[in-house]
Amino acid sequence: MSERNGALVHIERVNKTFRRGAEEIHILSQLNLEVPQGEFLALMGPSGSGKTTLLNLIGGLDRPTSGSVRIGGDSIDQMSNRRLAAWRARHIGLVFQFYNLLPVLTAERNVELPLLLTGLSSSQRRRHVEAALSVVGLTHRAKHYPRTLSGGEQQRTGIARAIVTDPTLLLCDEPTGDLDRKSGDEILALLQALNREHGKTIIMVTHDPHASARATRTVYLDKGRLSSEKPE
Amino acid sequence: MINWLMQIVTLTRFSLGTVPQRKGAATAAAVGIGGVVAVLVGVLSIAEGFRAAMATTGDDDLVIVLRSGADSEMTSGLSREETRLIADAPGVARTADGPLASSELFVIINLLKRSTGTDANVPLRGVTNGAAVRGDIEIVEGRAFEPGRNEVMVGVGAARAFAGLEVGGRIRVAQVDWEVVGVFKGGGGAAESEIWTDAAVLQPAFQRGDSFQSVTARLTSPSAFATFKDALTTNPRLQVKVFKQSEYLAEQSSMLTGFIQSIGVFIAAMMALGAVFGALNTMFSAVAARAREMATLRALGFGSSPIIISVLLESVILAVAGGGAGALASYLAFDGFQAATINWQSFSQVAFAFSVTPPLLVFAILWAVAIGIVGGLFPAIRAARMPVATALREV
Ligand SMILES: Nc1ncnc2c1ncn2[C@@H]1O[C@H](COP(=O)(O)OP(=O)(O)OP(=O)(O)O)[C@@H](O)[C@H]1O
Ligand SMILES: [Mg+2]
Repeated sequence: MSERNGALVHIERVNKTFRRGAEEIHILSQLNLEVPQGEFLALMGPSGSGKTTLLNLIGGLDRPTSGSVRIGGDSIDQMSNRRLAAWRARHIGLVFQFYNLLPVLTAERNVELPLLLTGLSSSQRRRHVEAALSVVGLTHRAKHYPRTLSGGEQQRTGIARAIVTDPTLLLCDEPTGDLDRKSGDEILALLQALNREHGKTIIMVTHDPHASARATRTVYLDKGRLSSEKPE
Repeated sequence: MINWLMQIVTLTRFSLGTVPQRKGAATAAAVGIGGVVAVLVGVLSIAEGFRAAMATTGDDDLVIVLRSGADSEMTSGLSREETRLIADAPGVARTADGPLASSELFVIINLLKRSTGTDANVPLRGVTNGAAVRGDIEIVEGRAFEPGRNEVMVGVGAARAFAGLEVGGRIRVAQVDWEVVGVFKGGGGAAESEIWTDAAVLQPAFQRGDSFQSVTARLTSPSAFATFKDALTTNPRLQVKVFKQSEYLAEQSSMLTGFIQSIGVFIAAMMALGAVFGALNTMFSAVAARAREMATLRALGFGSSPIIISVLLESVILAVAGGGAGALASYLAFDGFQAATINWQSFSQVAFAFSVTPPLLVFAILWAVAIGIVGGLFPAIRAARMPVATALREV
């Protein structure tokens, strides 16, 4: 999966502009980023700086206006929507701030969703779901519906869903943004364990210095560019 | 492929699972579509029942003779001499009392409808030998009218529909009171909607001199029709046309049947339009309410076409549920329902039963499916077209 130089994520001279009426707003300009395999990267920056936008580009949820986005050797900025969807299913695990669980499905059915896009039999799927739920410590809540789970439990369900297909890359957009300190810490510890013990490459957007402290590296996004120094 | 079907199944189950959370809107759409289907079935069952009533009344041995150029009894006219020639024609059955032929007058009177309290037209038939010719007239109450007196007997359909048509009642026609002396059944469905009296009494009351409007006759057998018809049409002293009674009634009803059908389709189309907007509205709000869930699924790698199909399926399932309920409701409400309506050719009342047939129900359900597809298509396309990143932002 990794390239010659060892980077899993390889972003070069990426520009992203949005059109708001007649106005063009430049969110990312000539941005470069390399994330090696096995890194736990924290992405920080002021609100509206484009963190989510960058994460979307890496996850193949959006396309750059120009520049190249290569993940594990795949140039995802060149792919058709159809191929991109299949690529996401195969390589990306997504964790959302508001969990984005389907309210009508139990925790285990939510976790099973990404597996429906694979060729696995239902017994294989059940095994994978059990494994993922046990990693996040939610085996006893498998049959619960999201509304009966605490925020922390919902987020752990979300993480189980993200890792159930054993993706190449885990992308988390403010995974603790909606949680209290204690639940947030548990989630961060879980992500850290996934990184250290399971070797997951993780990119996590966060506003919280506490959270970034758990990461192996922190980068700051401001005025369309990345730096390793916290801006003024 | 399996995968793709799995996606559709999952998404559809998911969207149907959210229906209870959207009870109000979903019920409104289903009820709207159910209403359309109920009205459609109701109206078309009128046409169906009317056609059935008309088709079953005909007796193959019975013929009706009108003046050529007339398209109904209303506009026909025959002199006594002509009616005698018709009665004596070959093929007409005979008894000891003479030929089985009845010279008849046909006028339209106004009576109050029981249901609405408003005036409606009723046919009043003067007969010379009506019951004997038709053979199946049965007095169910009272007695037959006596010749030469201002007495009438009324068909059960007419008795049910109009005020004053009970035995002992009186109706005022042509400045004279007529007494209702009996109620009868038979004569096919059509006669049951009529009032009968002696032609000889009706003639002076309506200043008809010694003329009639039609002759109804019984043939010796259905195969005698050709002989009978040839004899009349080749007779230089007669200008008439000859129908089997069944054909005549079918022709009389065809215009009305077509009219009711086109009204039914028109009303249903208008309601369908409303239901389509209702369905559209429901589906749009359903899709909007679930935008984040749909976006999440797409972010996880679910395809657009399974999303479109699942939204369509949901819409169709709602429509079929609503339509099925509507069809069932109208079946329970309308099937066999006794009614009377106007025969537009004679402008008189015809009694018949609504008839909800299986093909009619299938037709109505197909309408519901069509409404569901139209209602679901646009929201579905919208749901699938929206860029994933944009959809994810719409919390
Ligand atoms: N589809 C879009 N159309 C127009 N503008 C957009 C679109 N998506 C994002 N933007 C704008 O781009 C900018 C960056 O948005 P983004 O969500 O990436 O910021 P962020 O760093 O994640 O902010 P936050 O910390 O609040 O989540 C914002 O000003 C946002 O309004
Ligand atoms: Mg953001």
